[in-house]
Amino acid sequence: MSDATVLISGLGKVFNAGGDNRVVALEDIDLEIGPGEFVSLIGPSGCGKSTLLRLIGDLLPPTSGTIVVNGKEPHRARLDRDYGMVFQKATLLDWRSVRRNIELPLEMMEVNRAERRRRADELLRLVQLSEFAGHYPWQLSGGMQQRVAIARALAFEPALLLMDEPFGALDEMTRERMQMELMELWRRTGRTVVFVTHSIPEAVFLSTRVVVMSPRPGRVAAEITIDLPQPRVFTTREDPRFFDLLTQVRERLRGADEEPS
Amino acid sequence: MTTASATPRLWSAVRRLRTHYLPAIGLFVLGLAFWEAVVVVFDIQGFLLPKPSAIARVYVQEQSVVWSAGLVTLGEAVGGFVIGSAAAIIVAFGVSRWNMIREGAMPFAVAASSAPIIALAPIANAWFGSTNPISKMAVVAVMVFFPVMINTVRGLTLVDPSELELMRSYAASGWAILRRVRLPNALPYLFSAFKVASALALIGAIVSEYFGGPRNALGVYISQQASFLKLTNAWAAILVGSMLGVAFYLLIVAVERMVMPWHVSIRRP
Repeated sequence: MSDATVLISGLGKVFNAGGDNRVVALEDIDLEIGPGEFVSLIGPSGCGKSTLLRLIGDLLPPTSGTIVVNGKEPHRARLDRDYGMVFQKATLLDWRSVRRNIELPLEMMEVNRAERRRRADELLRLVQLSEFAGHYPWQLSGGMQQRVAIARALAFEPALLLMDEPFGALDEMTRERMQMELMELWRRTGRTVVFVTHSIPEAVFLSTRVVVMSPRPGRVAAEITIDLPQPRVFTTREDPRFFDLLTQVRERLRGADEEPS
Repeated sequence: MTTASATPRLWSAVRRLRTHYLPAIGLFVLGLAFWEAVVVVFDIQGFLLPKPSAIARVYVQEQSVVWSAGLVTLGEAVGGFVIGSAAAIIVAFGVSRWNMIREGAMPFAVAASSAPIIALAPIANAWFGSTNPISKMAVVAVMVFFPVMINTVRGLTLVDPSELELMRSYAASGWAILRRVRLPNALPYLFSAFKVASALALIGAIVSEYFGGPRNALGVYISQQASFLKLTNAWAAILVGSMLGVAFYLLIVAVERMVMPWHVSIRRP
Protein backbone atom coordinates (compact mmCIF):
# COMPACT_ATOMS: atom_id res chain seq x y z
CA MET A 1 0.00 0.00 0.00
CA SER A 2 1.25 3.44 -0.91
CA ASP A 3 1.75 5.95 1.87
CA ALA A 4 -0.22 8.61 -0.02
CA THR A 5 -2.76 10.58 1.99
CA VAL A 6 -5.16 10.52 -0.94
CA LEU A 7 -4.88 7.99 -3.75
CA ILE A 8 -7.36 8.18 -6.60
CA SER A 9 -7.46 5.86 -9.58
CA GLY A 10 -9.82 5.59 -12.52
CA LEU A 11 -12.38 7.71 -10.70
CA GLY A 12 -15.58 8.64 -12.51
CA LYS A 13 -18.78 10.33 -11.41
CA VAL A 14 -22.03 10.47 -13.34
CA PHE A 15 -25.03 12.40 -12.06
CA ASN A 16 -28.23 10.73 -13.11
CA ALA A 17 -31.12 13.12 -12.94
CA GLY A 18 -33.45 10.55 -14.45
CA GLY A 19 -34.17 9.71 -18.10
CA ASP A 20 -31.63 10.99 -20.57
CA ASN A 21 -30.50 13.64 -18.14
CA ARG A 22 -27.06 12.22 -17.50
CA VAL A 23 -24.16 14.47 -16.62
CA VAL A 24 -20.68 13.03 -16.67
CA ALA A 25 -19.03 15.20 -14.04
CA LEU A 26 -15.72 13.39 -13.72
CA GLU A 27 -13.98 10.85 -15.90
CA ASP A 28 -10.84 8.82 -15.47
CA ILE A 29 -9.25 10.78 -12.66
CA ASP A 30 -5.90 9.53 -11.36
CA LEU A 31 -4.33 11.55 -8.61
CA GLU A 32 -1.93 10.94 -5.77
CA ILE A 33 -1.54 13.39 -2.92
CA GLY A 34 1.27 12.81 -0.46
CA PRO A 35 1.35 13.73 3.23
CA GLY A 36 2.08 17.40 3.88
CA GLU A 37 1.33 18.48 0.31
CA PHE A 38 -0.78 21.51 -0.53
CA VAL A 39 -2.63 20.64 -3.71
CA SER A 40 -4.99 23.03 -5.49
CA LEU A 41 -7.65 21.85 -7.90
CA ILE A 42 -8.30 24.54 -10.46
CA GLY A 43 -10.58 24.67 -13.46
CA PRO A 44 -13.48 26.51 -15.03
CA SER A 45 -16.78 26.33 -13.18
CA GLY A 46 -18.58 23.08 -13.85
CA CYS A 47 -15.36 21.10 -14.24
CA GLY A 48 -16.24 18.96 -11.23
CA LYS A 49 -13.54 20.16 -8.85
CA SER A 50 -15.99 20.54 -5.95
CA THR A 51 -17.47 17.16 -6.85
CA LEU A 52 -14.00 15.63 -6.66
CA LEU A 53 -13.52 17.12 -3.20
CA ARG A 54 -16.88 15.73 -2.05
CA LEU A 55 -15.97 12.30 -3.38
CA ILE A 56 -12.76 12.36 -1.35
CA GLY A 57 -14.80 13.36 1.69
CA ASP A 58 -17.43 10.65 1.09
CA LEU A 59 -20.15 13.24 0.83
CA LEU A 60 -20.96 11.74 -2.58
CA PRO A 61 -20.55 8.15 -3.80
CA PRO A 62 -18.32 7.58 -6.86
CA THR A 63 -19.73 5.95 -9.99
CA SER A 64 -16.54 4.13 -10.88
CA GLY A 65 -12.93 3.84 -9.77
CA THR A 66 -11.46 3.93 -6.30
CA ILE A 67 -10.41 6.43 -3.69
CA VAL A 68 -8.17 5.67 -0.74
CA VAL A 69 -7.89 8.19 2.09
CA ASN A 70 -5.27 7.54 4.75
CA GLY A 71 -5.11 3.97 3.52
CA LYS A 72 -8.85 3.39 3.98
CA GLU A 73 -12.08 3.64 2.05
CA PRO A 74 -13.45 7.22 2.15
CA HIS A 75 -16.49 6.01 4.09
CA ARG A 76 -14.28 4.56 6.82
CA ALA A 77 -12.15 7.72 6.78
CA ARG A 78 -15.23 9.88 7.26
CA LEU A 79 -16.44 7.77 10.18
CA ASP A 80 -12.95 8.02 11.68
CA ARG A 81 -13.05 11.82 11.19
CA ASP A 82 -9.84 11.72 9.21
CA TYR A 83 -10.48 15.03 7.47
CA GLY A 84 -11.79 18.51 8.21
CA MET A 85 -13.88 20.32 5.65
CA VAL A 86 -14.22 24.03 4.88
CA PHE A 87 -16.91 25.19 2.47
CA GLN A 88 -17.23 28.33 0.38
CA LYS A 89 -19.91 29.52 2.78
CA ALA A 90 -18.67 29.56 6.36
CA THR A 91 -21.71 27.44 7.32
CA LEU A 92 -21.63 28.43 10.95
CA LEU A 93 -24.67 27.53 13.00
CA ASP A 94 -26.48 30.81 13.74
CA TRP A 95 -27.64 29.70 17.17
CA ARG A 96 -24.20 28.92 18.49
CA SER A 97 -21.58 31.34 19.70
CA VAL A 98 -18.21 31.34 17.93
CA ARG A 99 -16.72 29.13 20.63
CA ARG A 100 -19.57 26.65 20.52
CA ASN A 101 -19.38 26.50 16.72
CA ILE A 102 -15.74 25.47 17.01
CA GLU A 103 -16.69 22.95 19.69
CA LEU A 104 -19.30 21.32 17.43
CA PRO A 105 -17.05 18.65 15.85
CA LEU A 106 -15.59 17.92 19.29
CA GLU A 107 -19.09 17.39 20.66
CA MET A 108 -19.68 14.90 17.89
CA MET A 109 -16.57 13.06 19.05
CA GLU A 110 -17.85 13.14 22.62
CA VAL A 111 -14.86 15.06 23.91
CA ASN A 112 -15.58 16.24 27.45
CA ARG A 113 -16.55 19.81 28.16
CA ALA A 114 -13.31 21.01 29.72
CA GLU A 115 -11.22 19.59 26.90
CA ARG A 116 -13.57 21.06 24.29
CA ARG A 117 -13.20 24.45 25.83
CA ARG A 118 -9.45 24.17 26.01
CA ARG A 119 -9.20 23.15 22.34
CA ALA A 120 -11.61 25.87 21.23
CA ASP A 121 -9.65 28.55 23.06
CA GLU A 122 -6.43 27.29 21.51
CA LEU A 123 -7.93 27.38 18.01
CA LEU A 124 -9.40 30.83 18.60
CA ARG A 125 -5.89 32.03 19.40
CA LEU A 126 -4.59 30.32 16.27
CA VAL A 127 -7.03 32.23 14.03
CA GLN A 128 -6.69 35.35 16.20
CA LEU A 129 -10.30 35.60 17.26
CA SER A 130 -9.99 35.06 21.01
CA GLU A 131 -11.89 38.21 21.89
CA PHE A 132 -14.84 37.09 19.75
CA ALA A 133 -15.39 33.75 21.50
CA GLY A 134 -18.77 34.80 22.89
CA HIS A 135 -20.01 36.54 19.73
CA TYR A 136 -22.59 35.08 17.39
CA PRO A 137 -21.81 34.47 13.69
CA TRP A 138 -23.94 37.39 12.47
CA GLN A 139 -21.80 39.76 14.52
CA LEU A 140 -18.69 38.83 12.52
CA SER A 141 -17.49 39.95 9.10
CA GLY A 142 -17.29 37.44 6.25
CA GLY A 143 -13.54 37.00 6.69
CA MET A 144 -13.88 36.40 10.42
CA GLN A 145 -16.64 33.86 9.84
CA GLN A 146 -14.42 32.00 7.42
CA ARG A 147 -11.60 31.98 9.99
CA VAL A 148 -14.01 30.44 12.50
CA ALA A 149 -14.89 27.80 9.89
CA ILE A 150 -11.19 27.02 9.43
CA ALA A 151 -10.65 26.80 13.18
CA ARG A 152 -13.62 24.45 13.37
CA ALA A 153 -12.19 22.24 10.63
CA LEU A 154 -8.95 21.98 12.60
CA ALA A 155 -10.74 21.16 15.86
CA PHE A 156 -10.15 17.42 15.85
CA GLU A 157 -6.69 17.75 14.39
CA PRO A 158 -7.32 16.00 11.10
CA ALA A 159 -4.27 15.17 9.02
CA LEU A 160 -6.22 16.18 5.92
CA LEU A 161 -8.01 19.45 5.20
CA LEU A 162 -10.51 19.63 2.34
CA MET A 163 -11.22 23.23 1.36
CA ASP A 164 -13.86 24.15 -1.21
CA GLU A 165 -13.20 27.73 -2.40
CA PRO A 166 -12.97 28.88 1.20
CA PHE A 167 -12.00 32.44 0.24
CA GLY A 168 -14.23 32.67 -2.82
CA ALA A 169 -16.70 35.06 -1.25
CA LEU A 170 -14.13 37.42 0.29
CA ASP A 171 -12.84 40.72 -1.02
CA GLU A 172 -9.32 40.84 -2.45
CA MET A 173 -7.63 42.38 0.60
CA THR A 174 -9.19 40.01 3.11
CA ARG A 175 -8.47 37.19 0.74
CA GLU A 176 -4.74 37.91 0.58
CA ARG A 177 -4.55 38.20 4.34
CA MET A 178 -6.40 34.92 4.78
CA GLN A 179 -4.04 33.26 2.31
CA MET A 180 -1.06 34.38 4.41
CA GLU A 181 -2.75 33.06 7.52
CA LEU A 182 -3.51 29.75 5.87
CA MET A 183 0.12 29.42 4.70
CA GLU A 184 1.32 30.11 8.23
CA LEU A 185 -1.11 27.54 9.60
CA TRP A 186 -0.15 24.92 7.05
CA ARG A 187 3.57 25.39 7.78
CA ARG A 188 3.07 25.18 11.50
CA THR A 189 0.73 22.18 11.54
CA GLY A 190 2.03 20.16 8.60
CA ARG A 191 -1.43 19.18 7.38
CA THR A 192 -2.19 17.88 3.93
CA VAL A 193 -4.46 20.31 2.14
CA VAL A 194 -6.67 19.78 -0.91
CA PHE A 195 -7.85 23.19 -2.00
CA VAL A 196 -10.47 23.97 -4.65
CA THR A 197 -10.26 27.38 -6.27
CA HIS A 198 -10.89 29.17 -9.53
CA SER A 199 -8.27 31.83 -8.88
CA ILE A 200 -4.95 31.23 -10.62
CA PRO A 201 -2.83 33.51 -8.37
CA GLU A 202 -4.37 31.94 -5.29
CA ALA A 203 -3.58 28.43 -6.51
CA VAL A 204 0.01 29.32 -7.42
CA PHE A 205 0.70 31.27 -4.26
CA LEU A 206 -0.57 28.60 -1.87
CA SER A 207 0.23 25.28 -3.44
CA THR A 208 3.07 22.87 -3.76
CA ARG A 209 1.22 21.45 -6.76
CA VAL A 210 -1.59 22.71 -8.97
CA VAL A 211 -3.93 20.25 -10.66
CA VAL A 212 -5.56 21.79 -13.73
CA MET A 213 -8.91 20.27 -14.65
CA SER A 214 -10.77 20.34 -17.95
CA PRO A 215 -14.49 21.04 -18.16
CA ARG A 216 -17.20 18.42 -18.57
CA PRO A 217 -16.31 15.71 -18.29
CA GLY A 218 -13.81 16.78 -15.67
CA ARG A 219 -10.38 15.26 -16.16
CA VAL A 220 -6.91 16.04 -14.97
CA ALA A 221 -5.49 18.15 -17.82
CA ALA A 222 -2.16 18.96 -16.23
CA GLU A 223 -0.24 18.84 -12.97
CA ILE A 224 2.17 21.68 -12.33
CA THR A 225 4.66 21.54 -9.49
CA ILE A 226 5.00 24.93 -7.85
CA ASP A 227 8.67 25.24 -6.95
CA LEU A 228 8.46 28.67 -5.33
CA PRO A 229 10.61 28.81 -2.20
CA GLN A 230 9.02 28.21 1.21
CA PRO A 231 7.90 30.00 3.28
CA ARG A 232 5.66 31.90 0.93
CA VAL A 233 5.69 35.52 1.95
CA PHE A 234 4.23 38.76 0.75
CA THR A 235 7.02 39.30 -1.76
CA THR A 236 6.51 35.84 -3.25
CA ARG A 237 3.83 37.47 -5.37
CA GLU A 238 6.47 39.74 -6.87
CA ASP A 239 8.90 36.93 -7.71
CA PRO A 240 9.43 36.57 -11.52
CA ARG A 241 9.05 32.82 -11.07
CA PHE A 242 5.58 33.48 -9.63
CA PHE A 243 4.54 35.19 -12.87
CA ASP A 244 6.15 32.47 -14.87
CA LEU A 245 4.04 29.86 -13.06
CA LEU A 246 0.89 31.97 -13.39
CA THR A 247 1.40 31.96 -17.15
CA GLN A 248 1.99 28.22 -17.18
CA VAL A 249 -1.22 27.51 -15.29
CA ARG A 250 -3.17 29.97 -17.39
CA GLU A 251 -1.97 28.35 -20.61
CA ARG A 252 -2.79 24.86 -19.40
CA LEU A 253 -6.24 26.08 -18.38
CA ARG A 254 -6.83 27.55 -21.83
CA GLY A 255 -5.56 24.38 -23.44
CA ALA A 256 -7.91 22.31 -21.28
CA ASP A 257 -10.79 24.55 -22.21
CA GLU A 258 -10.25 24.26 -25.95
CA GLU A 259 -9.57 20.55 -26.04
CA PRO A 260 -12.56 18.86 -27.68
CA SER A 261 -14.22 16.34 -25.40
CA MET B 1 -28.23 65.31 38.26
CA THR B 2 -27.84 61.96 36.64
CA THR B 3 -24.50 60.21 36.49
CA ALA B 4 -22.40 60.42 33.37
CA SER B 5 -23.17 56.84 32.33
CA ALA B 6 -26.89 57.15 32.94
CA THR B 7 -27.34 60.25 30.82
CA PRO B 8 -26.84 58.68 27.39
CA ARG B 9 -28.98 55.75 28.41
CA LEU B 10 -31.70 58.13 29.48
CA TRP B 11 -31.40 59.94 26.17
CA SER B 12 -31.64 56.78 24.15
CA ALA B 13 -34.70 55.80 26.15
CA VAL B 14 -36.28 59.17 25.38
CA ARG B 15 -35.36 58.79 21.72
CA ARG B 16 -36.84 55.30 21.61
CA LEU B 17 -40.01 56.61 23.21
CA ARG B 18 -40.21 59.38 20.63
CA THR B 19 -39.47 57.30 17.55
CA HIS B 20 -41.03 53.95 18.52
CA TYR B 21 -43.94 54.47 20.85
CA LEU B 22 -45.13 58.03 20.38
CA PRO B 23 -46.41 57.57 16.81
CA ALA B 24 -48.31 54.44 17.79
CA ILE B 25 -49.85 56.04 20.85
CA GLY B 26 -50.70 59.15 18.87
CA LEU B 27 -52.41 57.14 16.15
CA PHE B 28 -54.40 55.19 18.75
CA VAL B 29 -55.64 58.35 20.48
CA LEU B 30 -56.43 59.93 17.13
CA GLY B 31 -58.43 56.86 16.09
CA LEU B 32 -60.49 56.97 19.28
CA ALA B 33 -61.13 60.68 18.87
CA PHE B 34 -62.25 60.12 15.28
CA TRP B 35 -64.60 57.33 16.35
CA GLU B 36 -66.07 59.51 19.11
CA ALA B 37 -66.49 62.41 16.67
CA VAL B 38 -68.18 60.26 14.03
CA VAL B 39 -70.74 58.99 16.54
CA VAL B 40 -71.48 62.52 17.81
CA VAL B 41 -71.54 64.26 14.42
CA PHE B 42 -73.75 61.69 12.68
CA ASP B 43 -75.77 61.15 15.82
CA ILE B 44 -75.43 57.38 15.64
CA GLN B 45 -77.65 55.49 18.07
CA GLY B 46 -75.79 54.05 21.04
CA PHE B 47 -77.02 50.51 20.39
CA LEU B 48 -75.59 50.57 16.87
CA LEU B 49 -72.20 52.04 17.64
CA PRO B 50 -71.47 53.31 21.13
CA LYS B 51 -68.95 56.08 21.77
CA PRO B 52 -65.57 54.95 23.09
CA SER B 53 -66.21 57.02 26.20
CA ALA B 54 -69.47 55.11 26.79
CA ILE B 55 -67.67 51.78 26.35
CA ALA B 56 -65.02 52.90 28.82
CA ARG B 57 -67.71 53.82 31.36
CA VAL B 58 -69.46 50.44 31.06
CA TYR B 59 -66.10 48.69 31.14
CA VAL B 60 -65.31 50.27 34.50
CA GLN B 61 -68.75 49.33 35.90
CA GLU B 62 -68.67 45.76 34.62
CA GLN B 63 -64.97 45.18 35.08
CA SER B 64 -65.15 42.30 37.54
CA VAL B 65 -67.83 40.41 35.58
CA VAL B 66 -66.11 40.84 32.22
CA TRP B 67 -62.68 39.97 33.50
CA SER B 68 -63.80 36.80 35.29
CA ALA B 69 -65.56 35.76 32.06
CA GLY B 70 -62.42 36.68 30.15
CA LEU B 71 -60.22 34.49 32.31
CA VAL B 72 -62.51 31.48 31.84
CA THR B 73 -62.29 31.95 28.08
CA LEU B 74 -58.55 32.50 28.24
CA GLY B 75 -58.25 29.21 30.15
CA GLU B 76 -60.05 27.42 27.32
CA ALA B 77 -57.92 29.14 24.70
CA VAL B 78 -54.63 28.36 26.43
CA GLY B 79 -55.71 24.78 27.18
CA GLY B 80 -56.62 24.19 23.54
CA PHE B 81 -53.46 25.92 22.38
CA VAL B 82 -51.25 23.68 24.51
CA ILE B 83 -53.05 20.46 23.52
CA GLY B 84 -53.17 21.38 19.81
CA SER B 85 -49.55 22.56 19.66
CA ALA B 86 -48.21 19.56 21.55
CA ALA B 87 -50.04 17.17 19.23
CA ALA B 88 -48.90 19.15 16.18
CA ILE B 89 -45.25 19.06 17.22
CA ILE B 90 -45.34 15.32 17.91
CA VAL B 91 -46.99 14.61 14.55
CA ALA B 92 -44.55 16.99 12.81
CA PHE B 93 -41.58 14.98 14.08
CA GLY B 94 -43.02 11.78 12.66
CA VAL B 95 -44.06 13.38 9.40
CA SER B 96 -40.70 15.05 8.81
CA ARG B 97 -38.84 11.85 9.62
CA TRP B 98 -40.44 9.80 6.87
CA ASN B 99 -40.59 11.30 3.39
CA MET B 100 -43.41 9.09 2.27
CA ILE B 101 -45.72 10.11 5.11
CA ARG B 102 -44.84 13.73 4.49
CA GLU B 103 -45.68 13.53 0.80
CA GLY B 104 -49.00 11.93 1.70
CA ALA B 105 -49.95 14.01 4.71
CA MET B 106 -48.92 17.55 3.84
CA PRO B 107 -51.56 18.30 1.17
CA PHE B 108 -54.27 17.30 3.63
CA ALA B 109 -52.74 19.41 6.37
CA VAL B 110 -52.57 22.45 4.09
CA ALA B 111 -56.17 21.91 2.95
CA ALA B 112 -57.38 21.40 6.52
CA SER B 113 -55.63 24.54 7.71
CA SER B 114 -57.77 26.65 5.38
CA ALA B 115 -61.01 24.86 6.31
CA PRO B 116 -63.41 26.76 8.62
CA ILE B 117 -62.73 24.58 11.62
CA ILE B 118 -64.78 26.87 13.85
CA ALA B 119 -67.82 25.30 12.17
CA LEU B 120 -67.08 22.23 14.30
CA ALA B 121 -68.13 24.11 17.45
CA PRO B 122 -71.74 22.83 17.61
CA ILE B 123 -70.49 19.30 17.03
CA ALA B 124 -67.91 19.62 19.81
CA ASN B 125 -70.74 20.87 22.04
CA ALA B 126 -72.74 17.76 21.22
CA TRP B 127 -69.76 15.51 21.95
CA PHE B 128 -68.42 16.99 25.16
CA GLY B 129 -71.36 19.07 26.47
CA SER B 130 -71.70 22.78 25.79
CA THR B 131 -70.88 23.87 29.35
CA ASN B 132 -67.82 21.66 29.51
CA PRO B 133 -64.68 23.69 28.74
CA ILE B 134 -63.29 20.61 26.96
CA SER B 135 -65.69 21.24 24.08
CA LYS B 136 -64.08 24.67 23.50
CA MET B 137 -60.55 23.35 23.97
CA ALA B 138 -61.24 20.68 21.37
CA VAL B 139 -62.19 23.26 18.74
CA VAL B 140 -59.20 25.45 19.64
CA ALA B 141 -56.84 22.47 19.56
CA VAL B 142 -57.95 21.51 16.04
CA MET B 143 -57.65 25.12 14.85
CA VAL B 144 -54.15 25.48 16.28
CA PHE B 145 -52.97 22.05 15.14
CA PHE B 146 -52.55 22.66 11.43
CA PRO B 147 -50.53 25.88 11.28
CA VAL B 148 -48.23 24.64 14.05
CA MET B 149 -47.74 21.26 12.40
CA ILE B 150 -47.10 22.65 8.92
CA ASN B 151 -44.60 25.18 10.20
CA THR B 152 -42.78 22.69 12.37
CA VAL B 153 -42.42 20.29 9.45
CA ARG B 154 -41.03 23.15 7.35
CA GLY B 155 -38.61 24.14 10.06
CA LEU B 156 -37.37 20.58 10.51
CA THR B 157 -36.95 19.91 6.80
CA LEU B 158 -35.97 23.25 5.20
CA VAL B 159 -32.41 23.05 6.48
CA ASP B 160 -29.45 24.60 4.67
CA PRO B 161 -27.98 21.66 2.70
CA SER B 162 -24.44 22.75 3.52
CA GLU B 163 -25.22 22.43 7.23
CA LEU B 164 -26.32 18.86 6.62
CA GLU B 165 -23.17 18.24 4.58
CA LEU B 166 -21.09 19.62 7.43
CA MET B 167 -22.75 17.29 9.93
CA ARG B 168 -22.25 14.39 7.55
CA SER B 169 -18.54 15.19 7.36
CA TYR B 170 -18.54 14.72 11.15
CA ALA B 171 -20.19 11.34 10.71
CA ALA B 172 -23.08 12.69 12.79
CA SER B 173 -26.01 10.40 13.57
CA GLY B 174 -29.57 11.29 12.57
CA TRP B 175 -30.31 12.04 16.19
CA ALA B 176 -27.34 14.40 16.49
CA ILE B 177 -28.42 16.22 13.34
CA LEU B 178 -31.96 16.52 14.69
CA ARG B 179 -30.78 17.92 18.00
CA ARG B 180 -28.04 20.22 16.80
CA VAL B 181 -29.35 21.42 13.44
CA ARG B 182 -32.98 20.58 12.68
CA LEU B 183 -34.46 21.55 16.04
CA PRO B 184 -32.79 24.95 16.38
CA ASN B 185 -33.58 25.56 12.70
CA ALA B 186 -37.26 24.87 13.41
CA LEU B 187 -37.56 27.31 16.33
CA PRO B 188 -38.20 30.47 14.27
CA TYR B 189 -40.84 28.62 12.25
CA LEU B 190 -42.41 27.30 15.43
CA PHE B 191 -42.65 30.71 17.04
CA SER B 192 -44.21 32.35 14.00
CA ALA B 193 -46.77 29.54 14.07
CA PHE B 194 -47.38 30.15 17.79
CA LYS B 195 -48.08 33.82 17.08
CA VAL B 196 -50.71 32.94 14.48
CA ALA B 197 -52.06 30.20 16.73
CA SER B 198 -52.44 32.50 19.75
CA ALA B 199 -54.88 34.69 17.82
CA LEU B 200 -56.67 31.63 16.43
CA ALA B 201 -56.98 30.17 19.92
CA LEU B 202 -58.81 33.16 21.32
CA ILE B 203 -61.06 33.46 18.26
CA GLY B 204 -61.81 29.74 18.52
CA ALA B 205 -62.71 29.91 22.20
CA ILE B 206 -64.93 33.01 21.95
CA VAL B 207 -66.79 31.99 18.80
CA SER B 208 -67.32 28.46 20.16
CA GLU B 209 -68.97 30.00 23.17
CA TYR B 210 -71.48 31.76 20.91
CA PHE B 211 -72.96 28.31 20.39
CA GLY B 212 -73.34 27.86 24.13
CA GLY B 213 -70.85 27.50 26.91
CA PRO B 214 -70.27 27.90 30.62
CA ARG B 215 -72.41 30.74 31.99
CA ASN B 216 -69.44 32.84 32.96
CA ALA B 217 -67.53 33.07 29.66
CA LEU B 218 -66.70 35.87 27.25
CA GLY B 219 -68.46 34.51 24.16
CA VAL B 220 -71.60 33.70 26.11
CA TYR B 221 -71.58 37.15 27.72
CA ILE B 222 -71.13 38.91 24.35
CA SER B 223 -73.91 37.01 22.59
CA GLN B 224 -76.31 37.49 25.54
CA GLN B 225 -75.68 41.21 25.89
CA ALA B 226 -76.04 41.63 22.15
CA SER B 227 -79.36 39.83 22.15
CA PHE B 228 -80.59 42.25 24.87
CA LEU B 229 -79.29 45.07 22.63
CA LYS B 230 -76.87 46.04 25.44
CA LEU B 231 -74.19 46.53 22.83
CA THR B 232 -72.04 48.76 24.95
CA ASN B 233 -71.59 45.83 27.35
CA ALA B 234 -70.74 43.58 24.40
CA TRP B 235 -68.11 46.11 23.32
CA ALA B 236 -66.63 46.17 26.81
CA ALA B 237 -66.28 42.37 26.65
CA ILE B 238 -64.71 42.60 23.19
CA LEU B 239 -62.24 45.07 24.67
CA VAL B 240 -61.27 42.49 27.29
CA GLY B 241 -60.98 39.81 24.62
CA SER B 242 -58.63 42.06 22.64
CA MET B 243 -56.48 42.78 25.67
CA LEU B 244 -56.21 39.06 26.40
CA GLY B 245 -55.25 38.40 22.79
CA VAL B 246 -52.52 41.02 22.88
CA ALA B 247 -51.25 39.72 26.22
CA PHE B 248 -51.13 36.14 24.88
CA TYR B 249 -49.20 37.33 21.82
CA LEU B 250 -46.73 39.36 23.86
CA LEU B 251 -46.11 36.41 26.14
CA ILE B 252 -45.10 34.36 23.10
CA VAL B 253 -42.85 37.15 21.84
CA ALA B 254 -41.18 37.32 25.27
CA VAL B 255 -40.54 33.57 25.30
CA GLU B 256 -39.25 33.79 21.73
CA ARG B 257 -36.70 36.42 22.70
CA MET B 258 -35.56 34.29 25.60
CA VAL B 259 -35.26 31.08 23.58
CA MET B 260 -33.62 32.41 20.41
CA PRO B 261 -31.78 35.68 21.00
CA TRP B 262 -29.63 34.85 17.97
CA HIS B 263 -32.41 35.13 15.42
CA VAL B 264 -32.57 37.86 12.73
CA SER B 265 -35.89 39.16 13.96
CA ILE B 266 -34.49 39.89 17.40
CA ARG B 267 -30.87 40.89 16.80
CA ARG B 268 -29.75 44.26 17.96
CA PRO B 269 -26.41 45.58 16.71
